[in-house]
Amino acid sequence: MQHISNAIQTIPLNHYILLSAIIFSIGVMGVLIRRNAIVIFMSVELMLNSVNLLLTVFSIYRNDAAGQVFVFFVMALAAAEVAVGLAIIVMIYRNTNTIDINVLNRLKW
Amino acid sequence: MSLFYFVAFLSVFFSLLVIFSKNPVHSVLYLILTFFTFTIHYFLLNAQFLGIVNFIVYMGAILVLFLYTLMLMNLNTETEPVKSNLLKIIGVIGGGCLLVTLIASLKISGNTEPVILRDPNLGLVKNLGKVLFHQFLLPFEVSSILLLSAMVGAVLLAKKES
Repeated sequence: MQHISNAIQTIPLNHYILLSAIIFSIGVMGVLIRRNAIVIFMSVELMLNSVNLLLTVFSIYRNDAAGQVFVFFVMALAAAEVAVGLAIIVMIYRNTNTIDINVLNRLKW
Repeated sequence: MSLFYFVAFLSVFFSLLVIFSKNPVHSVLYLILTFFTFTIHYFLLNAQFLGIVNFIVYMGAILVLFLYTLMLMNLNTETEPVKSNLLKIIGVIGGGCLLVTLIASLKISGNTEPVILRDPNLGLVKNLGKVLFHQFLLPFEVSSILLLSAMVGAVLLAKKES
């Protein structure tokens, strides 16, 4: 494991930030262009994961373990969020027989 | 060094496939591959604990939950109603604007220092466990209450009213 992590030591911090920014933007695009509620949910997961990666990189850059502990909490939160969110989607599907988000416009004024 | 760029390319490629594939089941499978590349990133950073947790919790639990929901509701059809092309283009432009803003602010900050792993034991279970159970003991216990309440809420929401 040591020789692998030695090989990574020349990557600039910028490139990690760039990778996370690109994946976060892909997640935002996924939320904006899809109509399937589950795929939108998956795009949100993509955004959460890109932020997790960036937190880990900054934790290593600053040599501070608190960042990685924070990522652990984000993962626990994501698990809870997915359970509740999928339950809501199942309920919507049972009531309207579709998971197209354009059906859910009853709160529109 | 080039391993990072290869894995980063794979991450971006698979995450693009997630949002552009028509079949939701294919989206979930590509999302699993994306998270696998993230696991490789964690291992390259020697964050072994997070790599394992990402592998088990995300790929093993969360995405299987997605797959179960999709297949139980029998939604793996390709007849998903698609947004009009105008709305799609507007969405891509909106996401692109966010990306351009982020990259521009990154360029202004102008930080080109490399990420150096000063302490190789930083991401190991031993070190993280010490931090987690000394400094972050209360948030850890609160997160257990959070998971319990989420479980109760999920069961309550998904239950059929009789």
